[in-house]
Amino acid sequence: MKFLVTVKRVTDYEAKVKLKADKSGVETAGVNMIVNPFDEIAVEEALRQKDKTGGGEVVVCSIGSADATAQIRSALAMGADRGILVKHDGAIDPFHVARVLQKVVEKEKPDVVLMGKQAIDDDSGQAAQILAELLGWGQATSANTVTLEGGKATVVREADGGLETVACELPCVITADLRLNEPRYASLPGIMKAKKKPLDELTPDALGVKVENRVVVKGFEEPAQKKAGQKVADVAALVDKLKNEAKAL
Amino acid sequence: MATHLIVVEHQSGKLNKASLSAFAAAAKVGGDLHALVLGQGVGEIAKAVAPYAKKVHVGEHAGVKDRLAQPYAKCITDVANAIGATHVWAAASNAGKDLMPRVAARMDAAMASDVSAVVDEKTFKRPMWAGNVIGTVELTTAKKVITVRPTEFTAPAAGAAGEVASVSVDPGASKMSFVKFDAVVSDRPLLQDARVIVAAGRGVKGPEGIKTVLEPLADTLSAAIGASRAVCDAGWAPNDWQIGQTGKVVAPELYFAVGLSGAIQHVAGMKGSKCIVAINKDPEAPIFQVADYGLVGDLFKVIPELTEAIKKAKG
Ligand SMILES: Cc1cc2nc3c(=O)[nH]c(=O)nc-3n(C[C@H](O)[C@H](O)[C@H](O)COP(=O)(O)OP(=O)(O)OC[C@H]3O[C@@H](n4cnc5c(N)ncnc54)[C@H](O)[C@@H]3O)c2cc1C
Repeated sequence: MKFLVTVKRVTDYEAKVKLKADKSGVETAGVNMIVNPFDEIAVEEALRQKDKTGGGEVVVCSIGSADATAQIRSALAMGADRGILVKHDGAIDPFHVARVLQKVVEKEKPDVVLMGKQAIDDDSGQAAQILAELLGWGQATSANTVTLEGGKATVVREADGGLETVACELPCVITADLRLNEPRYASLPGIMKAKKKPLDELTPDALGVKVENRVVVKGFEEPAQKKAGQKVADVAALVDKLKNEAKAL
Repeated sequence: MATHLIVVEHQSGKLNKASLSAFAAAAKVGGDLHALVLGQGVGEIAKAVAPYAKKVHVGEHAGVKDRLAQPYAKCITDVANAIGATHVWAAASNAGKDLMPRVAARMDAAMASDVSAVVDEKTFKRPMWAGNVIGTVELTTAKKVITVRPTEFTAPAAGAAGEVASVSVDPGASKMSFVKFDAVVSDRPLLQDARVIVAAGRGVKGPEGIKTVLEPLADTLSAAIGASRAVCDAGWAPNDWQIGQTGKVVAPELYFAVGLSGAIQHVAGMKGSKCIVAINKDPEAPIFQVADYGLVGDLFKVIPELTEAIKKAKG
């Protein structure tokens, strides 16, 4: 089976998030950049499903600056077969990400598109569902378990209040939740091999997509800071504070 | 003038109260509020939201009995277009997150996810980077789709009941089908609705710790129990209990973080709580930076003592 997996270059989840001095965006200078953790899970799932379903191909695609090549190479080092960088500098909103991916899908004709359920930087969680609608495909978001069998994907989703199982005809779009799998670490030979794997470069223009963002970020601010709390000495003091100061009991 | 359509969510015959936050957010823009209830046998749900809307549209059809993104997106879009909706809203619940981007695509509308404030009819504030940054976003399309962070909008006051009318919906052809829903059964209040939440971190050391130490405290306070990702990943608690950037966002009156370090991804989902209490044996744990009251100690000793003391204090 053929899988198309998306990887986004994002700031490390362990890095401290700080606004630039002019508040035009989040500071990335000197900040470690990683593959969006949910996308890494998506890559892992594609690799496992490829093995389970008797081979095929895992193609990874990133939309971003030339720097995103590093994230594609990380996915190739995990075992993906081939990469596509759709080179775009500057902001791109979820709708245009989906439009670009739609064009990539039309070229590549995957059986399954696997994506992360959200990117941990802008936390929008839109692109996969928009893509599914543009393609007229079924979608399964927040996947916890995926079974590809009999021309369909049966997916257990992490829903509110429990686990929901849906079935989608193939081809379809699936987004990975945290507990879908535990991504492997790239091996040294894997990293070496990744350097030689094919990596094509495209642009939104070449794919016939004009990026005219319809979600425009006007500015950033820091969230309101909580006022400092206090440590209490023991249980009696805590209950006293809760009862008489916070009036929370 | 704006015309709003609020997509009302329900589960097992009950209104998801998070939907009310979408009414509150839409009201901030101003204009007419319409609601849409899809499903089968959903008359009671429609009645429950009638006090918040000018008109409630009820779309009943075998094809929308179960909530599936593809047929739902079509029905919502059809109704939105029929009433000339400028804004379509839903709560940023798991279902809203699954569904609404698809509606946006179908309506050719731009979408703002999980907004925490309404600036004007096209401008919204939303947390990004796990809530470390608040972005102000403008939607430039004529039609707009918005999901609302429920904890940031208090449910609106009930007004005179609006008209309830059925609307014919056509789910169209769909490439997806519903298989089953395995509900987490619990007698406790829902995390989203609870006044008090007791949250378990890895420090509880296993499901036993939750059962023998945290549950008695939760019982005493009629609290919901939540958990960190580490606890859910370990299988000590259902996934549905996860609080955080990628789990549920909650804001109860009182939040106990027990044996939980306070990683930013967790804090993103609970820092709006009115009063936060942290119990951790490590005085340097980051959770103490967001806690109103911190107690350094071994939870296996502190929590049973606390449970007894609260029982006494409540008389
Ligand atoms: C993409 C991504 C998304 C994530 N999303 C979420 C999310 O939505 N929600 C979430 O919670 N996490 C999330 N995480 C994980 C997060 O980064 C942390 O790893 C996690 O929250 C840690 O859980 P914890 O505090 O239970 O465990 P730990 O960090 O291991 O903390 C355990 C704490 O228990 C204390 N302790 C141990 N024993 C005792 C004792 N006997 N008495 C008192 N205290 C004790 C320790 O001092 C320690 O502070 C995410 C991570 C990533 C990468």
